[in-house]
Amino acid sequence: MRAPLEWLHDYVRPDLPAAELAERLDMTGTKVERVERHGVGALDAFVVGRVLEAERHPDADRLTVCRVDVGGGAEASIVCGAPNVATGQTVAVARPGAVMPDGTELRAAKLRGVVSEGMILAEDELGIGTDHTEILVLDGGAAPGTPLVEVLPIATDVLELEITPNRPDCLGVYGVAREVHAATGAPLQAPPWSEDPGSAGGVEGVEIEVRDPDLAPRFTARRFDDVTIAPSPPWLKARLMAAGQRPINNVVDITNYVMLLTGQPLHAFDLDRVAGGRLVVRRARDGEEVETLDGEVRRLDPDVVVIEDAEGPTSIAGVMGGARSEVSQDTTRVLMEVATWIGPNIQRTSLRLGLRSEASARFEKQLQPEQAMEAQAVAAQLMVQLCGARLVEGTIDVGGPGPEPAVLALREARVAGLLGAAIPSGRSAEILRSLGFGVADGEVLSVTVPHWRRGDVEREVDLIEEVARIDGVDRLPATLPARPDRGGALSAEQHARRRVEDALVAQGLYEIQGWSFQGPSVADRLRLPEGDPRRGAVRLANPLSEEQSVLRTTLLGSLLDAAAHNAAHGHPDVRLFELGAVYPARADGHVPAAARGPAAERPGAGELPDEARRVGALLCGALAPASWRSPDAPRADFFAAKGALAALLDWMRVPWSVQSAREPFLHPGRCATVLLDGEPAGWLGELHPLVAESWDVQGAAGFELDLDRLAALAAARAARFRDVTSFPPVRQDLAVVLPAEVPAARALDVVRKAGGDLLRSVRVFDVYRGEQVGEGRVSLALALEFQAPDRTLTDEEVAERRTAIAAALAAELGGELRG
Amino acid sequence: MIERAQHLAAEARDAVHGASSTADLEEVRVRYLGRKAELPQMLRQVSQLPAEERGGAGQALNEARRAIESAVAGRAAELEEAELVARLERDRIDVTLPGDPVRELGRLHLITQTRREIEDVFLGLGFDVAEGPEVDLVHYNFDALNHAPGHPARAWTDTFYVSEDVVLRTHTSPVQIRAMEAAPPPLYVIVPGRVFRPDSDATHTPQFHQVEGLAVDEDVTLADLHGTLLAFARATFGDEREVRLRPHFFPFTEPSVEVDVSCFQCRGTGSVDGGRCPLCKGERWIEILGAGMVDPNVFGYVREYGYDPERIQGFAFGMGVERIAMLKHEVPDLRLFYDNDVRFLEQFG
Ligand SMILES: [Zn+2]
Repeated sequence: MRAPLEWLHDYVRPDLPAAELAERLDMTGTKVERVERHGVGALDAFVVGRVLEAERHPDADRLTVCRVDVGGGAEASIVCGAPNVATGQTVAVARPGAVMPDGTELRAAKLRGVVSEGMILAEDELGIGTDHTEILVLDGGAAPGTPLVEVLPIATDVLELEITPNRPDCLGVYGVAREVHAATGAPLQAPPWSEDPGSAGGVEGVEIEVRDPDLAPRFTARRFDDVTIAPSPPWLKARLMAAGQRPINNVVDITNYVMLLTGQPLHAFDLDRVAGGRLVVRRARDGEEVETLDGEVRRLDPDVVVIEDAEGPTSIAGVMGGARSEVSQDTTRVLMEVATWIGPNIQRTSLRLGLRSEASARFEKQLQPEQAMEAQAVAAQLMVQLCGARLVEGTIDVGGPGPEPAVLALREARVAGLLGAAIPSGRSAEILRSLGFGVADGEVLSVTVPHWRRGDVEREVDLIEEVARIDGVDRLPATLPARPDRGGALSAEQHARRRVEDALVAQGLYEIQGWSFQGPSVADRLRLPEGDPRRGAVRLANPLSEEQSVLRTTLLGSLLDAAAHNAAHGHPDVRLFELGAVYPARADGHVPAAARGPAAERPGAGELPDEARRVGALLCGALAPASWRSPDAPRADFFAAKGALAALLDWMRVPWSVQSAREPFLHPGRCATVLLDGEPAGWLGELHPLVAESWDVQGAAGFELDLDRLAALAAARAARFRDVTSFPPVRQDLAVVLPAEVPAARALDVVRKAGGDLLRSVRVFDVYRGEQVGEGRVSLALALEFQAPDRTLTDEEVAERRTAIAAALAAELGGELRG
Repeated sequence: MIERAQHLAAEARDAVHGASSTADLEEVRVRYLGRKAELPQMLRQVSQLPAEERGGAGQALNEARRAIESAVAGRAAELEEAELVARLERDRIDVTLPGDPVRELGRLHLITQTRREIEDVFLGLGFDVAEGPEVDLVHYNFDALNHAPGHPARAWTDTFYVSEDVVLRTHTSPVQIRAMEAAPPPLYVIVPGRVFRPDSDATHTPQFHQVEGLAVDEDVTLADLHGTLLAFARATFGDEREVRLRPHFFPFTEPSVEVDVSCFQCRGTGSVDGGRCPLCKGERWIEILGAGMVDPNVFGYVREYGYDPERIQGFAFGMGVERIAMLKHEVPDLRLFYDNDVRFLEQFG
């Protein structure tokens, strides 16, 4: 909303510079996005002039050399290109030094050899109109030398306001004036609709029928005869221009001017082109078409309200007029329509048709029925004054004004209780009155809501907001809630998730934030077969693009996208991780957390996806940058990924293991399922070369785990002290030759079981395949550590355990001890 | 003989002191204590002396030998240290060559870093951290937050829809309702999380992150909101900061405010080095979040869970994590957060 100060000053004139006014409005809830200077600068250089002599330029047929009286006994020689310049005219003159609306400074110049000491101006050159074909000819009243700004509104500050959706009353200059009055205390003039030249009752020759009053609470119309279509006077054009509207002709300009002043849109019909002189307001039929003012043919549906005459729809109510009954150069009879529509319906219509106008933008915020007659009153004044029109007796008014005003109670204690600072009742009453509320004093204020705030102020708390914002919320004290009972804390799971992040950072991984949405092709690029649950992605109904149309079901695509981005920018060696949500479609019978509890009963609960948190990591290329001491860093592979995973899970103190497995996106021989506390919770492996190729990354390995499960397991396991110093451990090595197909983890399981409580730890420190152990055999070297919590172990005890381990390896796995 | 031994001891001590290297010293040791040296030979001859002389001579000779040995040992320690010092002096490296880390450290993403910083401030102020789904019901995202059926935020141009009743949440505010359904007042929570809106340019990405705050109690006031956010602003942007509440409108708070923090680049003066401050554009204040007192209509949706709008009241606020990070770290373009370029990532976390 653009509010030119020059216009605003008709109704309220605070004694404040524009910047301070803007600040004051900002601080009372009317956001000023900027203060713009509209029109010309260096006002002293703009004066009224009189053309004393106008002669053809000696060397240019189209130019005229004028001698112009610019006041104070001075004359200026000015070359003018306009065809209508003539001796005796009173004109607008810019002298050298003048700053034009586009910011350029005017200088004396030679035009085809003749010096021009300034410019005789057309209205567009002053920013007060769009006409450039002719110079502006002023009426003769002003003496040469009079500052032009005293005659024409050639410069004004314009407040560019952001009006919040609850304040449609501020979508007009007078509404803004009310706010300025309340915010600054400057006196407010009576509204422009105080005097209505019109009368009530039927209007001859016009009939209106409203068939759907639920969508058209009020419909008013007046008839104007003997209308002369002409350009509007400069002052009106200037205001429209400053407010951002192009002048068209007097009747159209009046509808725009009144809308900008009152906030209420109007529509002018050429009554002679309203077939049958009868308008019907009704829902459109499905598929019905109407040609709008912009020349487009629009297809409608029954939620759209149309206004039709005997020949069919002429306009789309509240959104755009029709071409057929538009006011034209030949119009002599005007039917001025001002109506109230249902905001959400207008919004829906405007969205559905992709049609947004100044009118629809106002209607969709829900205007009040009283505003319709306010606009009729101002329009009638102007139609008579500017178009020579005769206002035909009567006003068609279907629907009438809105409901009786609400009366609300305002308690002083409630104000203090909500704000945390007292505002005396007297002050509250003063503020509310300044905003146009009626206030009856008493222990409890009894407050009557004016019609223009009907949609916004319905409860005591709404009144408190009004009082608080004008009194100044910036002056409230800064206190803290008085609650001594407890401090805040992360939940154990939240704490565990931070530890996951920290563990991965400590291992040299960079955290990324991937996109929650991706293209449907990602499932193909990951080689997910038909029927894979990870293909059942949730699709957006209105994606920004196909590439962002489905929700991810794995973090791997995001990690690969990030790796590919970096590879393409010269960084193929990256170590990345992400903690984030995935959104697989719901598996049969499983109810996600988001759909449990009270949510279960709500509409759509059955459509929520199986949203879950995951942690994923991807290592690509070299695991560390080459340094001058170690030029060949190890490269990402299965065991690098497993090492990172092991470090993470051990640090999280979660029992885990892996089993050989298959995933479509992983190397079939280098792929495992990760089990957390015995339950499958993710994958680990080297990427399938075709998947890596699809993203153009090389040598990649990674893992992805169910983060919710990991965090829950970690949260359930507090670290507890374990004695390590009282009794010394006994360390022994053991080499066992096993059939090659026995997984190491299986061997370790057997060792642990046979080792019993005394076996504190076992780890693989060498793996050997080759001639010495024979075809199809593998030798594992194991480091065993025995320890008891309550005594020093004897050699016999250790030997007994070792024998048991050897026996178990032999019996269960066909293993034999070496050396 | 005794005299000779004493003489040799004195002579040897001088020679030991005169030795200038461990090699020299070794030579001295061989000269006085070696197999063929005089003193050891004299010692071997003691047994041939008459019995009454043996004791005295043996004692004197042994004393002389011990004196020489101790002198040699003492000098040896001195010389070895001096030689080590000299050797170390010669053993110089170029300390400006790069280090070779045990393991390179990774980085937290700037969003995570900022989210944690925000969380930590509010944990300290007594708030817990609540979380909720990113794909949520229209009921929680709009209806229960007092968005009228025709509210523009519900439009397809402003919200990603999965179905008529399911959206990608457009703010973290739906977790307000879920948190109130889950626990009765008093409730003090913040809600960090990812949110979505269909916008894409330098200042909008279709996903971004917010931290929501909600405090509900019998007597929580707008002044308490002021104090809470002042504490947050000072912890985040510096102890000298002020905050300013400015009236605004949001559907789910009444009164509603926008909150500005005094500019930390120009210290609230609007100018830097005589020119207009580039951060606040000379405005002296920077908008950081929206807030307000929870609208009683919102409590109306959770009344059955202990939230009677006649008995309790509360404040709520919501801020953009990326916005806070951009302000603090002068990040110029929101899209950088989601490129995941390691050259960006390595600068933070
Ligand atoms: Zn600044």
